[in-house]
Amino acid sequence: MAKYLFLKHYRSLSAPDPVTDVPMDRWTPEEVEAHFQYMRDFADRLEGTGELVDGQALAPEGMWVRHDGAGRPPVTDGPFAETKDLIAGWMVVDVDSEARAIELAGELSAAPGAGGEPIHEWLEVRPLLSAPPPTVTE
Amino acid sequence: MDDVVLRGLVPQVLSVLVGRGADFATAEDAVQEALIRALSTWGDEPPTDPTAWLITVAWRAFLDMVRSDTARRNREVRVDTEPPPGTVPSADDTLRLYFLCAHPDLTPSSAVALTLRAVGGLTTRQIAQAYLVPEPTMAQRISRAKRTVARAGVDRPGDVDTVMRVLYLVFNEGYSGDVDLAAEAIRLTRQLAGLADDPEVHGLLALMLLHHARRRSRTRPDGSIVPLAEQDRAQWDRALIAEGIVITQAALARDRLGEYQAQAAIAALHADAPRVEETDWVQIVEWYDELLRFADTPIVRLNRAVAVGEADGAPAGLAALAQVDEDVPRRHAVAAHLHEKDGDLELAAHLYAEAARHSPTLAERDHQLRQAARLNQHLRAAPPDGGEGRG
Repeated sequence: MAKYLFLKHYRSLSAPDPVTDVPMDRWTPEEVEAHFQYMRDFADRLEGTGELVDGQALAPEGMWVRHDGAGRPPVTDGPFAETKDLIAGWMVVDVDSEARAIELAGELSAAPGAGGEPIHEWLEVRPLLSAPPPTVTE
Repeated sequence: MDDVVLRGLVPQVLSVLVGRGADFATAEDAVQEALIRALSTWGDEPPTDPTAWLITVAWRAFLDMVRSDTARRNREVRVDTEPPPGTVPSADDTLRLYFLCAHPDLTPSSAVALTLRAVGGLTTRQIAQAYLVPEPTMAQRISRAKRTVARAGVDRPGDVDTVMRVLYLVFNEGYSGDVDLAAEAIRLTRQLAGLADDPEVHGLLALMLLHHARRRSRTRPDGSIVPLAEQDRAQWDRALIAEGIVITQAALARDRLGEYQAQAAIAALHADAPRVEETDWVQIVEWYDELLRFADTPIVRLNRAVAVGEADGAPAGLAALAQVDEDVPRRHAVAAHLHEKDGDLELAAHLYAEAARHSPTLAERDHQLRQAARLNQHLRAAPPDGGEGRG
């Protein structure tokens, strides 16, 4: 088994896509509902197959913070003006192979959006660094 | 004997051990040990005096822990192998235990965890599940809390107000895992109401009961939020509501008003209306004005603006909202609702989308997105040219 992180971004990093770039509040209520339903079903199914580890959504509000020397309060920068690179949420899955991780991310990216069409959003898929299996030796 | 009844005996047992000179942290572990043993050995036949049984077993467990714990050898422990007589716990002892767990030196999350464990008798695992944190994290939180309480000593315990705040925090957590924290908070508040002669505690209990009565109707099976106006009132638990109203009235009759009683009165007025149209908004606004005397917070002012909007119309509600801080959570949602009521659908749609962006929970975010989508669809079908009412 291997764990993978799926990162959803607030806006896809690819060129603007007329389908994915319609903000959700401009979809019809039915389209919004279909999207929520798809996401719920996806998570439920992964729980059912025993592949879901965790999934969380993140607020769009946030900031950058860094240390600013001893005895001084940390420096903050934000809130962000641009939401382009912001992470909207994540899902961690525990799957048998990279192929399965890719397959699942593909399904997640097919969630319906405006017009009921799949939103085709790019998802970042990252393997988690974890301890090697005990059978692996130097 | 069911688990909840059994856990109801915990504060008494713990206060007896502490009364015999046991240190709080070890005594608390010993009581947990006794509980686990009771659950595994009693089955359907509890002893005739379950409290005495638990005290005996917990005391033995405590002695074993003290003897076997080399790290504690150097510490002075005032214990004899023979417990002193007089093991009947008094209400005051139990109340002191509540105060100890709501010690002012504890952070709210520590006070909550310690209260659930030491007064509620929940296991660390159950508390961890309820708060969605790993068990080791919760175990650390609880043992740190115990150390804090031990260090601070019992000279400056919390008071009824801190305990009420802790219990209300527990209540508002809702539930996940196998423990219903709302029900647990109600159980502990009921117990507290029997120990402390304070109408505010009764107000808090009534407030919880009245909220709890509506729980089934507040969300749909898929987890989405149902606003108060759209809730199916047939699903409300009339027995809980009746009890909540009786408790509220009895507390108010004592003429020592406080914030929880005022909130209970507001909840009772909502619960009393058979249909949303019959809600007595004028009286609700009056109670909000009372509440402001005890708790003048932005949240109270925000909720009051909603009530004013219903009682005196949207413009009056918007005027009341103008007095509320810009960065209060849920302010956008209230503004959106009032502007929609006022007929400014474009502004309302924009504010609903804004509210979604600022929602503290996923369910709320989705709810506000639905509202924005609904209005935007309506606007596309009928562009605003004046004279557009609600869709």
